[in-house]
Amino acid sequence: MDILVVLEDNNGKLHRMSKEAIVAAQKIGGSVSALAIGKNSIHFAAELKDMALSEVLIVNHESVSSYSADGYAAVVTQVAKNESPKFIVAGHTYQTRDFMPRVSAKLDIPFVPDIVGLDGEKFVKQILNAKMNALISSHSNQIILSFQSAAFNEEAITQGECLSRLIEVQFDSSDVRSVSDEPFQEDSGDVDLESAEILVSVGRGIEKKENVSIAFDLSKVLGAEVSASRPVVDSGWIEPFRQVGSSGHSLAPKLYFSLGISGAIQHVVGMKGSKSIIAINKDPDAPIFEIADYAVIGDLLEIVPKLIEALETS
Amino acid sequence: MKIAVLVKQVPGTESPLPINSSSTWLDEDSVTYIMNPPDNYALEEALIIREKFGSGEVVVVSMGPERTQKVIREGLAKGADRGIFIKEDESKLFDPLSVAKNLSEAIRDENFDLVFTGLQSDDIGMGQTGVLIGELLGMSTATLAVETELSDKTIKIKRELESGWFQWISLPIPASISIQSGLNVPRYPSLKGIMSAKKKEVKILNIGDFQTYDNYQKIESVFIPQTSKQTEIIEADVDTTVSRIVEILKSDLKVL
Repeated sequence: MDILVVLEDNNGKLHRMSKEAIVAAQKIGGSVSALAIGKNSIHFAAELKDMALSEVLIVNHESVSSYSADGYAAVVTQVAKNESPKFIVAGHTYQTRDFMPRVSAKLDIPFVPDIVGLDGEKFVKQILNAKMNALISSHSNQIILSFQSAAFNEEAITQGECLSRLIEVQFDSSDVRSVSDEPFQEDSGDVDLESAEILVSVGRGIEKKENVSIAFDLSKVLGAEVSASRPVVDSGWIEPFRQVGSSGHSLAPKLYFSLGISGAIQHVVGMKGSKSIIAINKDPDAPIFEIADYAVIGDLLEIVPKLIEALETS
Repeated sequence: MKIAVLVKQVPGTESPLPINSSSTWLDEDSVTYIMNPPDNYALEEALIIREKFGSGEVVVVSMGPERTQKVIREGLAKGADRGIFIKEDESKLFDPLSVAKNLSEAIRDENFDLVFTGLQSDDIGMGQTGVLIGELLGMSTATLAVETELSDKTIKIKRELESGWFQWISLPIPASISIQSGLNVPRYPSLKGIMSAKKKEVKILNIGDFQTYDNYQKIESVFIPQTSKQTEIIEADVDTTVSRIVEILKSDLKVL
């Protein structure tokens, strides 16, 4: 085995970034296997049966039926020791950040996190709040890598076939020292940003709470959902569950229509995987324009009401 | 309750960031430094816990060249009890596992109950030092705490998960915990705090006291990213702009 991709259970579903990590692994090349842990591991193996993978390893021990840092670190460490992959690969999710450094310390191997690109066996990582990139090399027989959201496109996954194999791990239930309650969501309503094809997203440029209705009006004619940047949420103009960015949702809709968002890195990591981006902003130097397909320089409070009118009549 | 807060000195948000002549890092002479912003929240959380309990000790720990002592003094001025400074003159230790090994050895004999870190540094942003130290010192670990509740032998934290989800988790002490930014309002040092900071103890250690550089990973080069995206710029009167957007939605993107 050359590469072991550690899969993540995202509330019962295979995490999108796990699929992106498979694409990254296939790009690196060599034999790629995946590791599914926990109560949904068998479903994930079934979901991946048509992918070009050597095999999916399944760990279904009761101590890791749900996530804990202790449990996952122990499992991944054991599997890495037994199977000796050169690369251990995962999406750069909150969960990966929670347990993967433990694997790094246990195995005494480096963990290169949050990678945005590959250059042979060197890795590109954003540094200094994404103002700069660094090219990182590693001197070790084994390396752990995690990939930033949308660094690779899950649709580029190579198809093929793969089998799955149930494997045993040895550990005591006392290895898991933490006690976790059930995850919960704070009042999300019925809004599902993840599956929205179009998002109308508001930033500070909306100027005041009363103007937020413009975004909802535009979303209605486009059949879209409304999301927002952190400052708008922090000001109490919109509900927290609509927040996009490193502390909120990470999304990849067909169209991201951004209204008055400047494009701080914390926001951009949550939406740069969008297929198309239209951005309206008064400031021609707004960083959002660097990643936009269509950069509309102008006052959204003038443009958007007229746009709604035009869309309604067309 | 004995709490270590690991702080890092990083280039300031407004600092110029000139790349050095070998393109391996910044030209540090022109950089202005601050305490890593996420570490302020970790320090504040530790101070709040000590105040709530009415006893205990908060120790700021940092590693770096001489200039790094400034962030330790800042921590002391805000109310930390003492400092530990690990001097690393060449400022070239980027590798998180090597950093964590050196820090672990520096604090091992202190037997801290809790180690707090910010969620990541604003310079390299590896985001793993706290968890690595937890593993190396045999502590339980958790990340992205947005609320903490301490009792004698355990600490309960509310962890931020993705997409607006949260989870309460209870950890036995000793524990190493990374603190999410925004969970409290970090204080400013008072004048009295600044004066008394001068008298507080800072233990100075040298990196050579513990370990050699392992440097499992290394920065080969740094560079300004090039955008490859083709962007259409639309800057016209409102009516022209609106009709172009309608056309884009209809013909280019076919979402209408």
